[in-house]
Amino acid sequence: MKLTLKIWRQKNSQTKGELKTYPIDGVEGDMSFLEMLDVLNEGLINKGEEPVVFDHDCREGICGSCSLQINGEPHGPDRLVTTCQLHMRMFNDGDTIVIEPFRAKAFPVIKDLVVDRSSFDRIQQAGGYISVNTSGNTIDANTIPVNKHDADESFNAATCIGCGACVAACKNASAMLFTSAKVSQFALLPQGRIEATERVLNMVAQMDKEGFGNCSNTGACEIECPKGISLENIARMNREYLGASLKG
Amino acid sequence: MSKLDSKIPKGPLADKWTKHKNDINLVNPANKRNIDVIVVGTGLAGGSAAATLAELGYNVKTFCYQDSPRRAHSIAAQGGINAAKNYQGDGDSNYRLFYDTIKGGDYRSREANVYRLAEVSANIIDQCVAQGVPFAREYGGYLDNRSFGGVLVSRTFYAKGQTGQQLLLGAYSAMNRQINRGKITPYNRHEMLDLVIVDGKARGIIARNLVTGEIERHSAHAVVIASGGYGNVFFLSTNAMGSNVTASWKIHKRGAYFANPCYTQIHPTCIPVSGDHQSKLTLMSESLRNDGRIWVPKKKEDAEAIRQGKKKPTDLSAEERDYYLERRYPSFGNLVPRDVASRAAKERCDAGFGVNKTGQAVFLDFASAIERYGKEQAAIHGNHNPSKEEVTKLGKKVIENKYGNLFQMYEKIVDQNPYETPMMIYPAVHYTMGGVWVDYNLQSTIPGCYVTGEANFSDHGANRLGASALMQGLADGYFVLPYTIGDYLSKDIKTGKIPTDTKEFDEAENKVRELLEKLVNNKGTHSVDHFHKKLGHIMWDKCGMARNAEDLKSAMAEIRALREEFWRDVKVPGGMNEMNAELEKATRVADFLELGELFAKDALHRNESCGGHFREEYQTEEGEALRDDENFMYVAAWEYTGDPGNEVLHKEELEYENIEVKSRSYK
Repeated sequence: MKLTLKIWRQKNSQTKGELKTYPIDGVEGDMSFLEMLDVLNEGLINKGEEPVVFDHDCREGICGSCSLQINGEPHGPDRLVTTCQLHMRMFNDGDTIVIEPFRAKAFPVIKDLVVDRSSFDRIQQAGGYISVNTSGNTIDANTIPVNKHDADESFNAATCIGCGACVAACKNASAMLFTSAKVSQFALLPQGRIEATERVLNMVAQMDKEGFGNCSNTGACEIECPKGISLENIARMNREYLGASLKG
Repeated sequence: MSKLDSKIPKGPLADKWTKHKNDINLVNPANKRNIDVIVVGTGLAGGSAAATLAELGYNVKTFCYQDSPRRAHSIAAQGGINAAKNYQGDGDSNYRLFYDTIKGGDYRSREANVYRLAEVSANIIDQCVAQGVPFAREYGGYLDNRSFGGVLVSRTFYAKGQTGQQLLLGAYSAMNRQINRGKITPYNRHEMLDLVIVDGKARGIIARNLVTGEIERHSAHAVVIASGGYGNVFFLSTNAMGSNVTASWKIHKRGAYFANPCYTQIHPTCIPVSGDHQSKLTLMSESLRNDGRIWVPKKKEDAEAIRQGKKKPTDLSAEERDYYLERRYPSFGNLVPRDVASRAAKERCDAGFGVNKTGQAVFLDFASAIERYGKEQAAIHGNHNPSKEEVTKLGKKVIENKYGNLFQMYEKIVDQNPYETPMMIYPAVHYTMGGVWVDYNLQSTIPGCYVTGEANFSDHGANRLGASALMQGLADGYFVLPYTIGDYLSKDIKTGKIPTDTKEFDEAENKVRELLEKLVNNKGTHSVDHFHKKLGHIMWDKCGMARNAEDLKSAMAEIRALREEFWRDVKVPGGMNEMNAELEKATRVADFLELGELFAKDALHRNESCGGHFREEYQTEEGEALRDDENFMYVAAWEYTGDPGNEVLHKEELEYENIEVKSRSYK
């Protein structure tokens, strides 16, 4: 396959960026999107140019490092995959592909396609945990039976990889899907109920402080989420938040 | 032999850990506030250690090269975590977990460490459930288990195919609680590039800020290395792209012995290599061997026809298939340990029975399981005479519930539907049992420098059993290190803050600067990846699943030559004082090019086959690994002397007082 890539290049957070055009040849359908960028970079290095920088690590769709807005969609045109699992067989010979970083005020660009997602970490630090000491002096695991349906729903929410696609997909750059996934994981478990009130208030407050936008229920986040995190989590968080606010 | 004291406590095996905990010194809570600890790596081992140390009251600094601790590669562990809970009532116990792990490691691990691991395993599950880790449950609300290779009980706890993710997010949440309290300061996008030793003790590190390029000095009273394994020395592995040996190798060069580097786990069920552009290999969890049957055609003509696309695997009847693991190992069948399963796959493929284009793949088939589960489900729903279609439909649903994400991953990569046609799999580098030598307290040969998780060598011997890595990482971090490091730190309560404006920090920082300057100013002709791929080829061809003396000797020479070429000819674009991904890769590959030679040297010196280390010269008539207990029942701990090809060997003899050392059989 022969492709034309239009890639966002930006030296650092202080400078302005721009889209630059790179032709690429010899792309195979079995390559992942990132392997295609590896081939591009190898060519750039050999020509004495600076390679394109992008975040990536596990390359099996679980670490949440890779991002990329591909032709306007977070993680590109395929569904339920991250960019590292997106394969070039999804594209056709002669295509032009526009590659940009995830865009959000709370995700400033560091360089080229790399953005700073530490705002996500700070939301988690505000309450994304159960306050139990890690000493091991806890009760036997099977003394807390958990309804299987609740456990499965909790697990489904907990599979969020923190990539930020939900924010990049949202016209308001809202982090509601991300935040609600963690709130839901714990809200559905008896262990998590104890701190449910403080948790949802603190996490939502931090989310607002980081400059993420509000949710207007367009549902774009759910569609673009590589892990299929459900919009129901946002509804659950809204219920939790309302309940917590009334408790005061 | 001077420094190799394993410090195993005296007394009966089952009492050692309890007694040791009672004997060691403690640090008063008020004094803990004056003590700093650095933790390098934030996976299961590092994240859990950081959270627990902070909770105890120490001031912790964590370092990871990723943009968040949550992205450490523990996240990719799929299948599960072992614990001797005996919830299934199938005869499990601490002793059995201990025995299975020692036997699984082919009698090359330390009894006392492994027993402690088994002993604390049950606590890990309690801890994680309390933290809100959503493990799989049965309909009654209790925790579910599955089976893994090399054992005859069901002791593996799991969260679908994402157990590592859920456990890591648990450790990350425990870290977040401490970050919020101000007890952990996280340094993300930072890479440790050297260890600083003051008066013979580890007192800090030099790290590079990967965003700004700034070189930073960080001091502490102790340094914990939890930076994972070195499988990427093979270039292609199931490790993350950034996984590296740098932290371990830097402390090795500062005096920490490196143990058993040749013990590598080649995992039997990975997606085969598809082409030259390939950047990494993807694992298909061992849990799939609970339900998948591994086979190749009985006749070479059939294998040939499948390779050419003239026949489909589903065209072959049961009689025309060779379920070679079930044939060779009837009592463990498809659930033999990883080293055994990998070698058996290689044997069939080398003999000409491989089933993909390159001839380097075998089938992992779920048809029988789909049928079995389908019938079971139909019966549960009161349908005692279901049609074939109904059975298949119901069976697929069960398989989807158990392994849905793995099947989806396979389909996305290979573009084939594994519910309809068997998966094709082949062994790939996955885990390294070797690592930095540590004593019972997890301390390296450098006082104050501790090593946990995959980065150390301690618990898995020559082969790791499935679902044991997560267990070890969390055991080390939550329950072992926080005790043992206190004993060391109890002598530091009056030391005060360690200054960083000293000659030791100057020396280490200058060394790091020189290294980086050399790389960016080298202006050679080939990229870092060019050298890394070449190294990977040498390692896979000559230090892979089967090794021999001649190949290992040539591997040593080739790696040495490649290393010289790297330093002459590598090209690293960009500068030092900015984000520079190529420079990051270059520092890591430079270390792999040294480790690789030691790896081959270690494999060459070990004139026996054991676990993942298979020397062609040492095998039984049936092609099984042949150990030499008389001459090689020891840990090989290597001391750096300025040249990886000429390191000095120190031996820690292994003593088995509680287990009878036998030849390992899974037949």
